[in-house]
Amino acid sequence: MPSVPSASVLVQRHSLVTRLTHWINVLALLVLLTSGLQIFNAHPALYWGDTSTFARPWAAMVAMEQGGQPVGITKIGPAMFETTGVFGFSGDQVRGFPAWTTLPTYRSLADGRRWHFFFAWVFALNGLVYLSANIASGHVRRDLLPDRDQLKPRHLLVEIADHARLRFPKGEAARRYNALQKLTYLAVIFVLAPMMVLTGLSMSPGMNAAWPWLPELFGGRQSARTFHFLSASLIVLFVVVHVLMVLVSSPLNSLRAMITGRFAIRQGEGR
Amino acid sequence: MSATRRRWLSGLAAATGGVVLSACDKLTMNPGVQKTLSGAEGLTRRAQRLITNRTALAAEFPESRISPDFRANGSTSPGDPEYRALVDGGFANWRLVIDGLVERPLSLSLAELRAQPARTQITRHDCVEGWSAIGKWSGARLGPLLDQAGLKDEARYIVFHCADTLDPNAPEGLARYYESIDLIDAYHPQSILAYDMNGEPLAVKHGAPARLRVERQLGYKHAKYVMRIEAVADFAHLGGGKGGFWEDRGYEWYAGI
Repeated sequence: MPSVPSASVLVQRHSLVTRLTHWINVLALLVLLTSGLQIFNAHPALYWGDTSTFARPWAAMVAMEQGGQPVGITKIGPAMFETTGVFGFSGDQVRGFPAWTTLPTYRSLADGRRWHFFFAWVFALNGLVYLSANIASGHVRRDLLPDRDQLKPRHLLVEIADHARLRFPKGEAARRYNALQKLTYLAVIFVLAPMMVLTGLSMSPGMNAAWPWLPELFGGRQSARTFHFLSASLIVLFVVVHVLMVLVSSPLNSLRAMITGRFAIRQGEGR
Repeated sequence: MSATRRRWLSGLAAATGGVVLSACDKLTMNPGVQKTLSGAEGLTRRAQRLITNRTALAAEFPESRISPDFRANGSTSPGDPEYRALVDGGFANWRLVIDGLVERPLSLSLAELRAQPARTQITRHDCVEGWSAIGKWSGARLGPLLDQAGLKDEARYIVFHCADTLDPNAPEGLARYYESIDLIDAYHPQSILAYDMNGEPLAVKHGAPARLRVERQLGYKHAKYVMRIEAVADFAHLGGGKGGFWEDRGYEWYAGI
């Protein structure tokens, strides 16, 4: 931990519930992503609608023979890309995603499903704890909903320009999240996370009988599977940007805040 | 960064990654971990049953939605000599046996099965691999068949013994396909022993002469080439003891998800 300069004050940034649910979520998302890729590998093709039009997936990973050598091909619509070693063919095997991205690394749909459905419960219950605690405490309204001044177009433009130059709020301005940060968190919490759960449930034949409208909400079971994949990709994108932002802004301070709850703010320093 | 340093760093990263990955594989194979993870299956089954009416129907579709390219998985042409003989005889010698914990064991010919109370449904088949196809199924309703045989009070599960050896290398008892469902699913109105698919007699690759349709679960529960239906109190003594061919190989017994 860095020593705190005398000009800094430590403010309480994250509640215990937020910190606990954050790290449980890190574990759950890691397992869900890697076991999800294992499940995807059982049929690495995506479709629109209710059924699989086997001859015409909108996206697929396949292996083909080229000059006596197996090559991995990724198809997206009419476009084809050679992706040997990553998608379609890797480690001398025909497989969608490579071994190092899947849980377990060896091919086992049964084990992938075990991990996935256990941690799906962890993810959903953990998310419910996070949401109910933080709605009740006012954290969502107070800290995540953008303030009126933050939503002015000029302010947003300045923020975008600052982000592009990797300049982040300091001093008093760092007491609150910036608008882009708030909007991103809101989108992940209230759009992407529910999308993951609902599109996941849409693929369950048991849920199909309970709530027949659920898969139809997404245009059918195979569309729901496609949206499940796309939403997961967006969450991966979010995590990558989120970790990058922590690294380029104040890595140790942010990390400490998510562990101990305290965040250091330098006083007398403007933006 | 110098080339040596870069090589050293990437070597370190690969080694660390390798350790993490092999730890994940070891965790996956650990019996305690397996037991904990599979605990979610009971939770999922109870939660789904809690919010689903016992007789809630799986979605049914219009004829126009029937898939022209319904894929066949698992056994598609069983080589078992007894089964080949049945195929060669046009299933004239096929008998469906219903026994176990029943008052009146039954043995039905295909013609007799076709004369039983029937149901036709156009439903979506969801394979555990992730794909779906829509088909039209006609068959004898399982509930009335079981009532005709008269289930004894101890009966809890219905086991489907099949004609196909799917894993010839497995030890005796684990090689043939079998499946099991509980009485809630057995008496569900859409649970049928289908003998027609898309208006034609069931093709061999789809499980001729009869296969189970249990529409609220994944494809592997829909046992093909059904020869015998047995009512049991539990299935621990059958096959690998997990209630089905794929269940013995790590798949969930409750395949509603």
